[in-house]
Amino acid sequence: MGELKLRPVPMPTGRAAGPTPLNALGDNLLTTTLDKVINWGRSSAIWPALFGLACCAIEMMGTVGPRHDLSRFGSELFRASPRQADLMIVSGRVSIKMAPVLRQIYDQMPEPKWVIAMGACASSAGMFNNYAIVQSVDKIVPVDIYIPGCPPRPEALIDAVVKLQRKIRGEPLVKHSA
Amino acid sequence: MAETRIKQEPFGPGPAQEPLGPEHEPPTEWMELNMGPQHPSTHGVLRVRLKLDGEVVRDADADIGYLHTGFEKSFEDKTYTQGITFSDRMDYLAPPINNVGFVMSVEKLMEIDVPPRAQAIRVMMMELARIASHELWLGTAGLDLGVYSGFFYAWRDRELVLDLNELYSGVRMMTSFTRVGGVAWDLPDGWLEQLQRFINVMPARIDDFESMLTQNPIWRQRLEGVGALSRQDAIETGVTGPMLRGSGVDYDVRKAFPYCGYEQYDFNVPLGSNGDCYDRYRVRVQEMRESLKILQQALDTLPSGPWLTNNRKVALPPRSELSKSMESVIHHFRLVSEGFKGPVGDVYAFVESPRGELGFYLVSDGTNKPYRMKVRPPSFCNLQPLKKLVQGVLLADVIAIMGSMDFILGDVDR
Amino acid sequence: MSASANDLLVERLGTRFKQALTESSDFRGDLSIVLEPSAVVDVARYLKDEEGFDYFLYGTAVDWPARDPRFTVVWEVRSLANKTRVRIKTTAAMPDPHAPSLTAVWPAANWHERETWDLLGITFDGHPDPRRILMPQTWEGHPLRKDYVSFGEPVIFSDQKLEGLEPDAIRG
Repeated sequence: MGELKLRPVPMPTGRAAGPTPLNALGDNLLTTTLDKVINWGRSSAIWPALFGLACCAIEMMGTVGPRHDLSRFGSELFRASPRQADLMIVSGRVSIKMAPVLRQIYDQMPEPKWVIAMGACASSAGMFNNYAIVQSVDKIVPVDIYIPGCPPRPEALIDAVVKLQRKIRGEPLVKHSA
Repeated sequence: MAETRIKQEPFGPGPAQEPLGPEHEPPTEWMELNMGPQHPSTHGVLRVRLKLDGEVVRDADADIGYLHTGFEKSFEDKTYTQGITFSDRMDYLAPPINNVGFVMSVEKLMEIDVPPRAQAIRVMMMELARIASHELWLGTAGLDLGVYSGFFYAWRDRELVLDLNELYSGVRMMTSFTRVGGVAWDLPDGWLEQLQRFINVMPARIDDFESMLTQNPIWRQRLEGVGALSRQDAIETGVTGPMLRGSGVDYDVRKAFPYCGYEQYDFNVPLGSNGDCYDRYRVRVQEMRESLKILQQALDTLPSGPWLTNNRKVALPPRSELSKSMESVIHHFRLVSEGFKGPVGDVYAFVESPRGELGFYLVSDGTNKPYRMKVRPPSFCNLQPLKKLVQGVLLADVIAIMGSMDFILGDVDR
Repeated sequence: MSASANDLLVERLGTRFKQALTESSDFRGDLSIVLEPSAVVDVARYLKDEEGFDYFLYGTAVDWPARDPRFTVVWEVRSLANKTRVRIKTTAAMPDPHAPSLTAVWPAANWHERETWDLLGITFDGHPDPRRILMPQTWEGHPLRKDYVSFGEPVIFSDQKLEGLEPDAIRG
């Protein structure tokens, strides 16, 4: 008797799976338009995770406040659960005790996700060049936008979010094999 | 479910709870819940490990240090004037008050007199910071309990204070406006008029807030009777500020040990009676009104004159003098390059921050840098009784209690 | 906080605890008393029960590496009714510096003494909960000691090299 294959062979994934329908179309009008639409959707409603650490968090609250209203730009609300957020604004100094927590929150966020390092402490440890502060949050998570300032004005945070939106819209959906 | 007798243990090695007899032992298991460092209601990066028996909290352990920045070590490395910029970032909701406390300890050590105009400016900036801090507290504590619109009321008012800060010092929050012996700059044109407009507008806005909350049955039900700290307990556990005054102890640094000329202003210190969250809320709102009174008096009686001491050994000479006097240039050079040296000794100076008594214990060894600058943070001391306050309350009340404590993690962890 | 009130207090302490009080000073109006470590708890209890110092302010220590004993442990307490303060000091020597814990007298001292253990390495005898409070539980070393190098990163400017490292190498 021949061998009975009782379990299905696992399907190859990724590039080994061969060209997907979308891939097979290559880079033509349909996929670029689809790219643009999806990226427009992603950039227009970036919901940050609540990750206020220190003083910059107060200015982040100010950005959500009535005078500088961040929800005009799509960030309607801050999600407390990282699983429902796509942007992590690291606002404040990251101490070494907090560093693993930061990484865990970043890992719990689903793709696609972006990180803004708000303020001097998140970008480069600011004025705290000592034992207790992680010297820049990009040692722990990849950062998309850095905002200087101590703390940066709410307008600076809005500028960063707008720049991030432009960055998102520049991302193609279908990656070329390279 | 089988009746399992699981050993109920509080967090060790802390003080153990009274052992419950067999007839009291509940047939349930205590659950350990982690209110993690990332949480919307912990007002910063505080971790509280709770032991829950159903919905009732049996024990709590506050795990702090997630924002430890090493301020005290940093102070040892910086001259006295450089340290002022660091001091802002500790209690980051009321930075002007940190600034004043820091320089007061240096001024006490070196016995430097501050001119009256500088004292009045300091008082005005401090009271503005107090109002801004209480507004933010009200906004965020309300947010925890469901008052979503209160957050926007609070920020509307806080932005006015930040505008005044910015007009004076150029920075919205971290003003660093004091220098040893006075303040860094004189008030700019138009600042006093803007302050007067602020004082005119604020009482109605505080009334707005109060009308929304004070007699609100939901607010009262959430806060009345919750987290009551008796007078004796409040003194024993070392709390200060509205937590202490909510329990009825009449202690406000501005009245008990006046500084910066507070003795010339007429204001009351609101006291609570029950020591619960509702009393603390009433105390803070009333404190905002009293701050407006102080501001109005300071504005009306603002003396003219110098805003920085003449003592060229500690304070920079005015720039106009630099072109005329060689001695001024030398003083300027000395002060900017190496700072000034203090006598050997140790002092403790303290101010009333919106959270309580903020103290600076300065040990000097005769050099231009502090040898040891210990900060007595009000939030650190106010957070200590958390374990005691939350035993036996519902989980939702823990949020209300933490909100009413008004701690700032920058202050707790330094 | 008048000078005479401080002097009277020192007198009373001197008569009551003869050998314990090694020195006292009144600097800028702040009264400090230096005690023998063995007598600290007794003096503290006396201050609380009979002199009315009911309010605990803070507890910390100062590291004087050139001195022996190396550490000066400091607590400050206040009397709310009399509006006076007193600073209690004692010393702790290397290796393994110890000091008596005042949590039995003033419960508010609990977290302050934990912090002093954490940052300066002084063990408080009789403390109910000697754990690190600000640094991670697995941290080694006591950061606020003078011989603890507060390691930060050397900041490399674009025209400098650090022992063969390119400026961007710091970022990794």
